Amino acid sequence: MGESSRTRTGASVDPAEVARFAAMADDWWAPDGKFAPLHRLNPVRLRFIRDRAAAHFGRTAAAGQPLEGLRILDIGCGGGLLCEPLARLGAKITGIDAGAEASAVAQRHAEESGLSIDYRHASAEEMAATGERFDVVLAMELVEHVADPAAFIATAASLLNDGGVMILATLNRTPKAFLQAIVGAEYVLSWLPRGTHNWRKFLRPSELAAMARGGGLSVEEIVGLTYNPLTGTWRIGRDTTVNYMLRASKP
Amino acid sequence: MAQRSVNGTARGGDEATTEVLISGGGMVGLTLGIALAGAGVDVVVLEPRDPAASTDAAFDGRSSAIARGTQRLLAALGIWPGMAAAAEPILDIRVSDGRIGSAASRLFLHYGRDERAKEPDEPMGYIVENRAIRTALHARAAEMPTLRFMVPERLTNLERGTGTAPAEATLSNGQHLRARLVVAAEGRGSPLRAAAGIRMTAWDYPQSGIVCTVAHEAPHHGVAHEHFLPAGPFALLPMTDGADGGHRSSLVWTERRTLVPAMLALDDAAFGAELQRRFGDSLGALRPAGRRWSYPLSLMHAERYIDHRLALVGDAAHGIHPITGQGLNLGLRDVAALAETVVEARRLGLDPGEANVLARYQQWRRFDNTVLMITTDGLNRLFSNDLAPLRLARDVGLAAVNRLPPLKRLFMQHAMGLVGDLPRLIRGQAL
Repeated sequence: MGESSRTRTGASVDPAEVARFAAMADDWWAPDGKFAPLHRLNPVRLRFIRDRAAAHFGRTAAAGQPLEGLRILDIGCGGGLLCEPLARLGAKITGIDAGAEASAVAQRHAEESGLSIDYRHASAEEMAATGERFDVVLAMELVEHVADPAAFIATAASLLNDGGVMILATLNRTPKAFLQAIVGAEYVLSWLPRGTHNWRKFLRPSELAAMARGGGLSVEEIVGLTYNPLTGTWRIGRDTTVNYMLRASKP
Repeated sequence: MAQRSVNGTARGGDEATTEVLISGGGMVGLTLGIALAGAGVDVVVLEPRDPAASTDAAFDGRSSAIARGTQRLLAALGIWPGMAAAAEPILDIRVSDGRIGSAASRLFLHYGRDERAKEPDEPMGYIVENRAIRTALHARAAEMPTLRFMVPERLTNLERGTGTAPAEATLSNGQHLRARLVVAAEGRGSPLRAAAGIRMTAWDYPQSGIVCTVAHEAPHHGVAHEHFLPAGPFALLPMTDGADGGHRSSLVWTERRTLVPAMLALDDAAFGAELQRRFGDSLGALRPAGRRWSYPLSLMHAERYIDHRLALVGDAAHGIHPITGQGLNLGLRDVAALAETVVEARRLGLDPGEANVLARYQQWRRFDNTVLMITTDGLNRLFSNDLAPLRLARDVGLAAVNRLPPLKRLFMQHAMGLVGDLPRLIRGQAL
């Protein structure tokens, strides 16, 4: 592996996973590219993050910059699909990714967009070692890709300020998730490159909640995400059998 | 005239940057500008025509049908109060089938109070002169702090690029302007649409529409008449009384194209006699008032409504047969959907000119417009002929619809623009 594709180390980093995403780095911002499903998912998860973070910190979600001044860490930020909108909403955002390519793509794109975002090529463990702490920690569509999810969540929790909030998004380990996220999305629809997801690494909501509690967090909410193939849009609901999000707070 | 620039810059804005640049400040483009500015978006609207001329009767003596949903949008945007006095409510719609020189069929469809569903005291729609709509729009635009309405002004060049960078526009005054999103509200011949290589699907009809204001002796009592003649529909839509106190209606007369030049060349008395032969005597003597207009009938639909940092609205995206009076209504539904999409994206921190954001607008509007165009085409084919079996079928059909209140109400709700996945503005709500 060349210098540009070197990966960071830590309990959370799975080198094979990092290499798989490195190969697709140039596609992060292509609307019809390999990350198109994430672009489609973006509005609904942004709305959830904005509304919950604003409510948690007593802000009005409808304000022009509802997240103004909040320190947010996005772990596994990829090309910056979440970091850029959150920066426009006023957040002071740091995005970290274990892949060097993603950080470079994200940095270049933010500059073209005229946004100031602190991108670092780092693992969660390396970030924790710096002593920096955040009001909001995000790990969206990430825990299904890390090597040791329980250790990763404990590390992520340590990055939160007291009174902070963590939001996680991932896939459930159900037969339906296997059919939709792997057979459907990777093999039938070719939305995602084959091998993007490994069903055995998916976590049930109860397992993810237990890991969050193990990290000293209090689980506030678990919501499901469902896709409407007719409108091409996602919505939040009670059905957590495929995609879901978990919100937890640090006392 | 001197260029007017109703100024104001939103957060982070400067003279050379805007969030949304709208090419075309007609009824659709300027309403979009007002909707966006009302939600705090920094927007520039360019209009090549002189605004004083565009509100003059000689420039545009036409009227528009304003469906209920459209009226709600105009009210929600604070535009309606400026035109309410010039708006005639439609209280009844009478649809009938006929032949020249004979009375309308008795099997007619009548829409009145019963079909106005939940709000029986609200009219089904309004007829308003275009110049009154434009005057109200200009007054409202001048009140919006984040809207720059530049007239007369046009684009001389636009580089939309391919990536993250904003579009770069050059105006005819030499000014450069950067925008995240450019909207083409330029009408049927949209140059931005052509430059983007977006093709139009078009259907042409052997008919033209003759449009003018008609003065009549008897009051119309708020009744809109749609009389289906062999050459096509002949509609008289109620207008407010003229300055002289005379009763007026707006004519939309579909006629075989070959006959239209001769009809337009008739003197007022002879033209009035032709109207009388088709419409009958229920409004007393009819005579044309002011200029007559004619338009070849065609349906046009853009193969797509979006391109990189570009969205088409109104007639730039779809041109429709005037049979249903839905042209402006469709354009303003585009406005409502695009404004909501852009404002929603902005509140999520997304770039409003990004492909995924624009895709939502296209998905929202293109299907709705396609359905209406197919319906309109079908109606025209069904009614614009004199074949006996078809005449019988449509008369029976009209009578059947008239006797089935739920179906009749559904048709009415469609015509009122109250069906489908309605944008917030069409429901009368703020963005």
